[in-house]
Amino acid sequence: MKPAKPTDTVSYVDYERHGLTRELLLSMLRKMMEIRRFEERVERLFLQEGALIGPSHLYLGQEAVAAGAILALNDDDLITSTYRGHGHAIAKGVPLKLLMAELFGKATGTCKGLGGSMHVAIFPEKGSMYATAIVGSGIPIATGVGLALQREGKRRVAMTFFGDGASNTGAFHEGMNLASVWKVPVIFVCENNMYAMSTRADYAVASESIAARAQAYRMRGVTVDGNSVVAVFLAAKEAIDLARNGQGPTLLECMTYKLKGHGVYDKGEYRPKEEIEEWLKRDPIENLEAELLKVNLATQATFAQIEKEVEAEVEESVAFARASPVLPFDELVKYVYVR
Amino acid sequence: MRELTYADALREGLREEMLRDPRVVLIGEEIGVFEGVYKVTRGLLKEFGPERVRDTPISEAAIAGAAIGAALGGLRPVAEIMYMDFLTICLDQIATNAAKMHFMSGGKLKVPFVLRTQYSLGRMHGAQHSQFFPSIFFQVPGLKVVLPSTPHDAKGLLKAAIRDEDPVVFIESGVLYRTKGAVPEEEYVLPLGQCDVKRKGDDLTVVAVSRVVSEALAAAAKLEEQGISVDVIDPRTIQPLDLATIVESVKRTGRLIVASDDVKSGGIGSEIAAAVLEEAFDSLDAPIFRVASPHMPIPFSPALEQAYMPNADKIVQAAKKLVG
Repeated sequence: MKPAKPTDTVSYVDYERHGLTRELLLSMLRKMMEIRRFEERVERLFLQEGALIGPSHLYLGQEAVAAGAILALNDDDLITSTYRGHGHAIAKGVPLKLLMAELFGKATGTCKGLGGSMHVAIFPEKGSMYATAIVGSGIPIATGVGLALQREGKRRVAMTFFGDGASNTGAFHEGMNLASVWKVPVIFVCENNMYAMSTRADYAVASESIAARAQAYRMRGVTVDGNSVVAVFLAAKEAIDLARNGQGPTLLECMTYKLKGHGVYDKGEYRPKEEIEEWLKRDPIENLEAELLKVNLATQATFAQIEKEVEAEVEESVAFARASPVLPFDELVKYVYVR
Repeated sequence: MRELTYADALREGLREEMLRDPRVVLIGEEIGVFEGVYKVTRGLLKEFGPERVRDTPISEAAIAGAAIGAALGGLRPVAEIMYMDFLTICLDQIATNAAKMHFMSGGKLKVPFVLRTQYSLGRMHGAQHSQFFPSIFFQVPGLKVVLPSTPHDAKGLLKAAIRDEDPVVFIESGVLYRTKGAVPEEEYVLPLGQCDVKRKGDDLTVVAVSRVVSEALAAAAKLEEQGISVDVIDPRTIQPLDLATIVESVKRTGRLIVASDDVKSGGIGSEIAAAVLEEAFDSLDAPIFRVASPHMPIPFSPALEQAYMPNADKIVQAAKKLVG
């Protein structure tokens, strides 16, 4: 694909017509803030406090994708996530303390400490059905979830997240093709953050764009500014409505950028300085705050209040995780088979 | 009792479960319009419609992945992978996704689906359409692995697999599809994880798997004529493995042969031999022998393929070395 540039943000939105109430916009902001503060705290727990170990892939910088796309869903719709899944889980409403406890490997975590950061987003209680750490492998699984929902006939939809790197796997091709053959109600959300580890998408993706690949499956393919939560929300909503009405899946490519490297220990130093600076100017949270101020839907005091509440919640999650026990090893055998 | 072929017994099992539970859907290549390469799904598209009998493109990873996803979404899918050789194409989905989902979610996720496949050793299908490598699944906790050897077992175990809450790899034998056996008219379900003693004997235990069970029974008949009575045990599932029944038999006979179609090194025989040594070393009167395939790809030429395969004669020869 061509080198990706930050796309222009949505310049004018008729908030009322699109049902973007103040309440909804503030909940988008809050979700993004929760993700940002949670991830920053996780990063400190790894790098400064040495309290966490193992692979962990932060969602910093991509908050608008999870918040925009997931808030466009109904509560009973289902998602699948990946090893970069903290953001999806938070957006779907998984309590921060359960997520943090999982990162600490504690019995109170979302997966009782058996999953870890790469699977922390598994939380079927909130419709977060899976989080795979094998790049691309969640795509055919989402097709199958879509098949079940199609057969159920209650107009529920499935949404699956993956990155630009996943779009180069065979599983992507097989899963997308089958989804289109079966017209299942699935929204395939590609978070194109331009890098698969250090491999640039404009090197490794041979097509014009990732959304363009949808054409090959006679599927809708849409590219949006993934740093604008409003743009992501509106595009996701349209795709969700189509899926709900039996009009098949959409591939939604969200152009975004990681604030940090691939994993928590990676500084991302292979990325050009100018590129980082250009994207830093387009922070998804600052982006929405500026918009809300411009249209008089919030004040700095509103943001400060949200910030305060979120920070308290994040700190509580750390305390909860630290105080929680580890599952006794003898119990693990119970979890290998259902029976 | 009436007789059915192995393929028809499987078909009857699928049909009964589809009638019983609307969540059961079939997913696979050539299973609908073509009615299955070996006709196991004959008539099912007509009876249940394309919503429940889902033909797919040639996309093994998507077949397995979609079955997993459909199970997560509340269905009870039965996916078919046409040849066991093609399992390697979707092994990521089976071994790295399905097998671990219950565990790594702390017991929250359930993926109740069956992955049916078959191996065609003995049908002149050559090196890429005959492979049998079930022992790979000894290394993948979280899966159940079923290997039926008769029409009766095929039906009863398939019904159990479909009702099971865990992912099940169900490996059929291609050469057995046209073989016939007694299958009751009335409904029955067989337990997973229980050996079936196919013949009782006191001098030697032969544990045999899938296609080789009938070879072991033929060998036992020949050995009987020579005054050697053989216990023939079919584990029917290797995950879970009913080791207790095997150990009990070996404690009685003091001698063990494990006979299976897979390659000898690191195979079913290796695992069962090691497990028996741990449990019943003091009861053994002789070494444990494995009768299995040699360490080479499967040759096409019919005569060479026959020479390659385990058979009754090879089991008899091994038995004579043990019972001297």
